[in-house]
Amino acid sequence: MIQFLSYLLNGISLGSVYAIIALGYSMVYGIAKMLNFAHGDVIMIGAYMSFCAIQYWSLPPIAAILLAIVVCTALGILIERMAYKPLRSATSLSVLITAIGVSWLLQNIALLIWGANPKSYQSLVSFGALTLFDGQLHITSETFITIAANIIIMIALTLFTGKTKMGKAMRAVSEDKGAAELMGINVNATISMTFAIGSGLAAIAGVLLCSAYPVLMPTTGSMPGIKAFTAAVFGGIGSIPGALIGGILLGLIEIMGKAYVSTELGDALVFAVLIIVLLVKPTGLLGKKIHEKV
Amino acid sequence: MKYKKPSRNFITYAMVVVVFLLCELALSGAIDGFKMSRSLKGQLVPICVYIVMAVSLNLTVGISGELSLGHAGFMSVGAFSGILFSQFLLYAFPDVNLEIVRLVGALVFGGLIAGISGVLIGIPVLRLRGDYLAIVTLAFGEIIRNLINCIYFAIEGTSLNFGFLNPNIAGTMIINGPMGATGIKKLATFEVGFILVIFTLIVVLNLINSRSGRAIMAIRDNRIAAESVGINVTKYRMLAFVVSAALAGMAGALYGLNFSQIQAVKFKFDTSILVLVFVVLGGIGNIRGSVIAATVLTVLPEMLREFGNYRMLIYAIVLILVMLASNNPMLKSMLESIKGKFFKKSAKEGDQA
Repeated sequence: MIQFLSYLLNGISLGSVYAIIALGYSMVYGIAKMLNFAHGDVIMIGAYMSFCAIQYWSLPPIAAILLAIVVCTALGILIERMAYKPLRSATSLSVLITAIGVSWLLQNIALLIWGANPKSYQSLVSFGALTLFDGQLHITSETFITIAANIIIMIALTLFTGKTKMGKAMRAVSEDKGAAELMGINVNATISMTFAIGSGLAAIAGVLLCSAYPVLMPTTGSMPGIKAFTAAVFGGIGSIPGALIGGILLGLIEIMGKAYVSTELGDALVFAVLIIVLLVKPTGLLGKKIHEKV
Repeated sequence: MKYKKPSRNFITYAMVVVVFLLCELALSGAIDGFKMSRSLKGQLVPICVYIVMAVSLNLTVGISGELSLGHAGFMSVGAFSGILFSQFLLYAFPDVNLEIVRLVGALVFGGLIAGISGVLIGIPVLRLRGDYLAIVTLAFGEIIRNLINCIYFAIEGTSLNFGFLNPNIAGTMIINGPMGATGIKKLATFEVGFILVIFTLIVVLNLINSRSGRAIMAIRDNRIAAESVGINVTKYRMLAFVVSAALAGMAGALYGLNFSQIQAVKFKFDTSILVLVFVVLGGIGNIRGSVIAATVLTVLPEMLREFGNYRMLIYAIVLILVMLASNNPMLKSMLESIKGKFFKKSAKEGDQA
């Protein structure tokens, strides 16, 4: 029972990381209708930045996290301006391939700067663990911080998209770009803003991910990126609560699957559940149904 | 009306044959100074494999209009079933051992198993559309890779032992879970690769120019309109998907038999993406473009070897720039005008002839 509780917490914690990454995917997809495959690599860059800040420049953890967020936000805006903005009117496949190009570019830049050898990441949010039930249940500070960060981000983003002018503009652009432009919304600025927020969140996710799983390589971001993308689709891409539910469920399935079914089949289970969900609800758990006009 | 065979298919075949003959000439070393470098020689079979992969993926992405991100999954199914078939024959019947029988048998078997998995995967996948279809193919690709990591096959005499998540089976290991297939007897040759490319081109080009192919393209262009004129949408989408899967399986079998050992990691998501890049850069729906792109982009990293660590960086930058340039409206119109002039000229020449 205690064992189960521990898996449950681990699952929710991993799921929270997925949820934070999935938010970036989901928001960008909602507004620019593109699959941003470079998102996973922004996570990796964020993790490397915080790693450097701690290891080489000996900054305090808070400053390291802030630095990672600033760099990733700038990187997100830069990528959007340089690579995606000229392709606004191109086919979605061209944009997808460009995103893959950006992903390779980021991975190779990281490879050139930091080398292929895995770096062992020193947790930025380690304050000792909480021990319950006579030492049977360990809850690490990483678990706490990850879950707390997830909750805070979700509340903040929901308020942001619901209450502020910029957030409302985002929702308007994602619903109908043309109409939003006619209402005087600066579509380009709104899309840049979305990329900035998504990339900033990716930096946080990178720090949290590497604090819990302390191996840092140029390809660190790609698998969590794909899984978070799966989480976004799972919950209904384009929806903020969908990303939360999708991410947490995915993390739980992965940890539980690895614990109770088989270590090798954990990933396969995650994807199998995704397929089943999409077959029953083709637009994800909380996705909107799109009616086809004839 | 008299049916005139489209000449551009002929150009595609001719191009492949000429390049093949040139390669053979360079391999034989008959002409001084016209030789192939060692690294390029090693790339010949992979080039054939990637051409087949790109052409078959183009059938799904370009002709049928479904974005598939799991093509490497079918490749790995073909690779491992092909290896299993060939190694089984090798151990079970050591007396009668014709290499070509084993190789062709492995290709056919690999294609068959990949085709069957194409049917199984196609049933759920083809119910979806657009980006959701893409993500599900991605998911299937990852599931296949995961499952192959759990499969153990061993041979004992003439019987085949199978274990799932259970490496403790008797006999000589052929497929060894996460360690992949080891001790493979290399069979793949450039010539067989060439024949496979020609076979793929014949299958795909004839499919495109047939009644079925036109039905598939009609569905791609407007599903509802196609359905309303009585085209069986599910049947034709499935046809394209399964043919594509089977061809990828054959390519995979050839690829697997080109190495002495291979792991499922070789066929991860990145491989699917690489093939998709070939298809998009070659031109979506353009079969000849896929052939050229697959060849050039497989050779290019070898050519860039002198740049050392920078070569993949250059590759990525080139990819982004090509995508930006090909979608730049100013460049596009410029190209169109050049094309227009060129074609006017050739049209005039055509009139005179």
